[in-house]
Amino acid sequence: MIEGALWRKWVFFYFPLTLFLIFLLFPFYWMIITSFRPDGELYRPWNSINYNPFWTWKPTLEHVHYLLEETLFGAWLWNTTFIALASTLISITCGVFAGYALSRLNFPFAGSLGTGIFITYLVPQTLLFIPLAEIIRNYKLGDTPWSLILTYPTFLIPFCTWLMMGYFKAVPKELEECARIDGASRWQAMIHIIIPVAIPGILSAGIFAFTLSWNEFIYALVFLSSPAQKTVPVGVTSELIRGDVFFWGPLMAGALLGSIPVAVAYSFFVEHYVSGLTGSVKG
Amino acid sequence: MAITTVATTAFGDPPPPRRQRIFEDERWLAFALLVPTMVLLGLFIAYPFVRGILLSVTDSRVGVPGDFVGLANFYKIWNDSIFRTAVYNTFLYTAVTTVFKLALGLWLAMLLNRNFRGKAMTRAFILLPFIIPTVLSTFAWKWMFDPTFSVLNWCLYHLGLITGRINWLGDPDLAMISIIIVNIWRGVPFFAISLLAGLQTISPELNEAAAIDGAKPLQRFWYVTWPLLLPVTMVVVLFSVIQTFADFQIVYVMTGGGPANATHLFATYAYQIGIGTGLLSEGAAISLAMFPILFLVVIIQLLYIRRVEVR
Repeated sequence: MIEGALWRKWVFFYFPLTLFLIFLLFPFYWMIITSFRPDGELYRPWNSINYNPFWTWKPTLEHVHYLLEETLFGAWLWNTTFIALASTLISITCGVFAGYALSRLNFPFAGSLGTGIFITYLVPQTLLFIPLAEIIRNYKLGDTPWSLILTYPTFLIPFCTWLMMGYFKAVPKELEECARIDGASRWQAMIHIIIPVAIPGILSAGIFAFTLSWNEFIYALVFLSSPAQKTVPVGVTSELIRGDVFFWGPLMAGALLGSIPVAVAYSFFVEHYVSGLTGSVKG
Repeated sequence: MAITTVATTAFGDPPPPRRQRIFEDERWLAFALLVPTMVLLGLFIAYPFVRGILLSVTDSRVGVPGDFVGLANFYKIWNDSIFRTAVYNTFLYTAVTTVFKLALGLWLAMLLNRNFRGKAMTRAFILLPFIIPTVLSTFAWKWMFDPTFSVLNWCLYHLGLITGRINWLGDPDLAMISIIIVNIWRGVPFFAISLLAGLQTISPELNEAAAIDGAKPLQRFWYVTWPLLLPVTMVVVLFSVIQTFADFQIVYVMTGGGPANATHLFATYAYQIGIGTGLLSEGAAISLAMFPILFLVVIIQLLYIRRVEVR
């Protein structure tokens, strides 16, 4: 703690921390309060009299109703969940296999393959979306969930692989050798000995991959066209804005409901998540 | 058949089937384990990259294959004033946000590195901007910046900082500042949490020893903490630079590149040209123009990581 008088603690610690919290969390508060405010209160200019921005005494569910009944929000939620789960599963499988191969097996070009996978992690989606749109169309995958399930792993696998390599490297060689002496094949040793040890890593990679795919926007925006196929971020963007008119109430309600699944997933695994993030940062 | 293999291979005596003997060879097993990854990355990264280069030297549009035109697209965008603005904006956006994200992130990390009540909860809450889908949280900001209903204007007015209304997203300079603020907001948690992890690997005894030797807090930070934190910082900064440089979502939602094309970045301009107006090859050329810079950053990062590992 900060040594010295109490006022120093307030000036150097509590005050800045509070400012940070307000800055970082206010948009969520605003999202929540907007979702439950009647339109009459929402559309009042900020300089009108009796403008009370931070609270409402007349909370309403009309925006949530509108969102659930007048839009395809339920379908978007289902699409996003399905796509995120499927691409996470693919990425985890590939990441575990590749991570095991790169960290525990000797073969030519292992080093350069590892570097190659690392580099693809740093290729942003915005570099490739135009040629990919063409390829997706040629494969007849346009406007289907598969266009995203197959392309999301390109930015998820490198991260998963990288993370898993770290976990596998930490497993002592002797563990595997004992199993081998007892007659296990390499494959069995991997499945029964090494992978169970790395389960925390698999979990954190899974959470990370899930949130990243839930978050993805540009591929979903470009590859999907019919309203019923869209993901939450794209559906909310394209269907709750008509020309210049923003349906702010339902829009914020959609943002809130669309954020809850990731927030819940992450709150269960916050420690894994942080260790996953930092594990990757330590390189 | 399936049942018998399961039963006998549990560390059992009978010789494994041929399929398994192949996998006893490390090279074969490695190959088999890497195939799915290689196929996916090859099909959806390497191949589109090559296609992108081929596309950028033709005059393709949506539905029209197009002919080879050499470097005409690159020549065209080079002379395009909007493209030049986008290049300028991208560098400005990346530089300014990175400085702020690093400074604020480091400050926040130092605060969180202390012991206080509710530490775990504070940390969890602080990550929210980074976790919540960017497009959705950016809409909250857009709503906060709305010229007529802006709660920010209300706050600033009542704090006595402004006298009239501010049209945040309608003025080119203010629109740029607005998207920069949103990007900083989104990036600070990532910097804070990564740097916090770095801070926690530094032994507190080093700081205590320096304090006993009479070093002031600022000196302790500058001569003890900062040098030890540098490797983590470098990796985080380079990673963030790549992400920021190629950013799309925040600008797409906040301004769509406007007002009057004043806030375009590489990615949003490529989207507008390539998808919006259907000039595929020109759009591909614009997004490929990012590549040399991104490549440079990746090389720096790889060299740096290698150097740190050798040490």
